[in-house]
Amino acid sequence: MPNHATIERSLSLLSMLALLVISIGGLVEIVPLFRIETTVEKVAGMRPYSPLEQMGRNIYTREGCYLCHSQQIRPFRDEVDRYGHYSIAAESMYDHPFLWGSKRTGPDLARVGLKYSNAWHLAHLEDPRSVVPVSIMPAYAELKNRDLDLTSIPDHLTALRKVGVPYTDTQIKTAIDDAKAQASGVDADGLLARYPKARLGDFDGQPNRVTEMDALIAYLQVLGTLVDFRDARLDPGAK
Amino acid sequence: MAQRERDALTGRLTTGHEWDGIKELSTPIPTWWITTFLISIMVALIYLWLMPSFATTKSLEPGLLGWSSRGELREEQAIAAAAQAPWRQRLMAVPLEEVSKDEELRRFVQAGGRALFNENCAPCHGVGGGGQQGQFPALLDDDWLWGGKPADIIQTVRHGIRNTDEESRQSAMPVFGDSLSKEQIANVADYVLTLADKSKADSRAALPGAALFKDNCAGCHGENGEGGRDFGAPRLNDAIWLYGGSRDAIIHQITSPRMGSMPSFASRLNEESLRMLALYVHGLGGGE
Repeated sequence: MPNHATIERSLSLLSMLALLVISIGGLVEIVPLFRIETTVEKVAGMRPYSPLEQMGRNIYTREGCYLCHSQQIRPFRDEVDRYGHYSIAAESMYDHPFLWGSKRTGPDLARVGLKYSNAWHLAHLEDPRSVVPVSIMPAYAELKNRDLDLTSIPDHLTALRKVGVPYTDTQIKTAIDDAKAQASGVDADGLLARYPKARLGDFDGQPNRVTEMDALIAYLQVLGTLVDFRDARLDPGAK
Repeated sequence: MAQRERDALTGRLTTGHEWDGIKELSTPIPTWWITTFLISIMVALIYLWLMPSFATTKSLEPGLLGWSSRGELREEQAIAAAAQAPWRQRLMAVPLEEVSKDEELRRFVQAGGRALFNENCAPCHGVGGGGQQGQFPALLDDDWLWGGKPADIIQTVRHGIRNTDEESRQSAMPVFGDSLSKEQIANVADYVLTLADKSKADSRAALPGAALFKDNCAGCHGENGEGGRDFGAPRLNDAIWLYGGSRDAIIHQITSPRMGSMPSFASRLNEESLRMLALYVHGLGGGE
């Protein structure tokens, strides 16, 4: 058994033993990640975000909504009673990055989709205190005046495909038209075939424009609505 | 290697290292610390064995105790459901109209209904149900768009209004800006403004908008503007205006109508919750 002095005075021995210790620590942390996909339950209904929703998601991250709003309903009774079914891993498998959040100044938004009407979201984002008098949320009225950058959508989808979101070539090719169709409700059959349950409509009350407000509301309205939990079978073996 | 020796001043061993005549005392980690460290490693191993810790090739390895946060949630929900069961059964056992006769049950419904209302309805309709002029109808007056009986309210909450739920309440006011001239629309608006005024009951028939109203509006809003609940057509012969009661606002509404939409709550609220909520709303002041 070599003692301190022996190890410290042999550079090769010291290096080998240091490498051994670091490898053990590294393997313990890294190897479980190779099996991480086995812990994601398979559920029906999940699909990548539609182009308009994905652009809305980009605005959500850009404006820092996640700093005050989490998107993760934890399996506690008070949260489930208030927000609905607890979040499952599959629901954020197309999120890059995920927006679970670690702090709630405002309510959780994991299932805010279809809880309020589009008109409410518009009124609330323009002036939060007009509908919720005690709200401390900043106003985002400016989004209504900013045209959505449609031309960059295919690039966003391509980048997401590189990190594993299964967008098809068709979906990337039709992305700009799909975004326009979703924000107007016109010629939306192709969109609905590619992105079932996408919410259609003129979200911001300006039928002739596709604004960042359209995208953000389209994103909020899809949150947590894709999985039908009446059909999902979750951990049947658990006690 | 330098010699380990006992330091004369402290009586302790040195490490044997020496720099320019300065020697280092050997100060080993105390035994109690080493023992605690080893025990905590053992506790950690036992914990990993008992609790879900590792992903296997198929799923998460559940651990010896089989604990899961979801299982704990189910237990908590079962306890809460058991505690509420007698009340919920009592609520479901009586017809909606008779709930208020049972004082205890009325209080249960009031408390539960208020909690449900504040979470689900207040963002649009306001805490207390005051609504938002120009956006969302008030719920505490007796002016109902789709009916103010508890059963009507349940139907409205369950399926919503003008949404993608197949059973949601549907109707659409035509865009009269496409079919009537500006002058005709102004005439209709002038006529509508007289509907609430009893002193003009006889004279209004002579107004130029009277015939237009009869042809275009009365089908849904009624001959005298009393409203039509089958279509969610608002009463026009009272002082309550969702989208404003000025002449300009009425002209605007006829020209390119605004129509509200309400989400469906079928997947969020169960039968008992719908009952509690409907009875709470019914009790806000305008229930029929």
